[in-house]
Amino acid sequence: MKTQNQTQIEAVPDLPVIRIIREFEAPPERVFRAFVDPELFAQWCGPRSIDTTVDRWDARTGGEWRYTASRAGDDFTMGFWGSFHEVRPAERIVQTWAFDGNPDGVSLETMTFEELDGGRCRVTAQSVVESMEIRDQMMASGMETGVLEGYEQLDELLEGER
Amino acid sequence: MTDQLSRAFQALADPTRRDLVARLAADGDASVGDLAAPYDVTVQAVSKHLKVLEEAGLVSRSRDAQRRPVHLEAEVLDLMTKWIARYRQQVEERFSRLDAVLAAMDESDDNDEAEGAAS
Repeated sequence: MKTQNQTQIEAVPDLPVIRIIREFEAPPERVFRAFVDPELFAQWCGPRSIDTTVDRWDARTGGEWRYTASRAGDDFTMGFWGSFHEVRPAERIVQTWAFDGNPDGVSLETMTFEELDGGRCRVTAQSVVESMEIRDQMMASGMETGVLEGYEQLDELLEGER
Repeated sequence: MTDQLSRAFQALADPTRRDLVARLAADGDASVGDLAAPYDVTVQAVSKHLKVLEEAGLVSRSRDAQRRPVHLEAEVLDLMTKWIARYRQQVEERFSRLDAVLAAMDESDDNDEAEGAAS
């Protein structure tokens, strides 16, 4: 049985930047396709309980994208949109990212696809957000691997206390 | 995320403050002097760090006891680790779904090749 690849989440110290690194059991071309093909993207971008409707999708340099997330059975809908600043097949996607919940907020996302041995791929997704406060709210400030491990250790210590 | 949680995360962005919290979690309540001892900084500097942690709700200090020991507020820490776990879980789940999509693409690619070879 395959073990799941670990996701690494880092906050870059002193910068409003979050970096997420993950390896996949597929070559860069295929992983890239899952990011730019709207039908494939809709299959994985949100939780299963949420329906994703792609409204606009032009995955080319200078293109735009928009999708709406909705939940069956209630009125919840949320729009996400941005532009494709650069789309370089199987190597790199640079796009802006915004959503209805905070329409003035926009982040810049750079995804790089790195070929690994054995037909695998490492994806690095870097988000530049507007401020340190937003970064802190989006995740945990100073959440480098070491910090995360530190928190996990603290968690264990706290569990042991009970 | 609540303001308290934001303040707590901001307070723990500093490595010395993280270390202070880790030591309080491991060793229990301690005086400012005890906490300052291993560091190459003044007691005043450590006091300042503790004040930030106190304002963030991560530690408290009793008003009456003479030593005024520093006490870790484990519930706030607990809240933080839960929050981190949830964010992490969302990211992990998203990529698990991508794993499944990639695996399905794998099969359809193979089928395409088989069809191509047959024609």
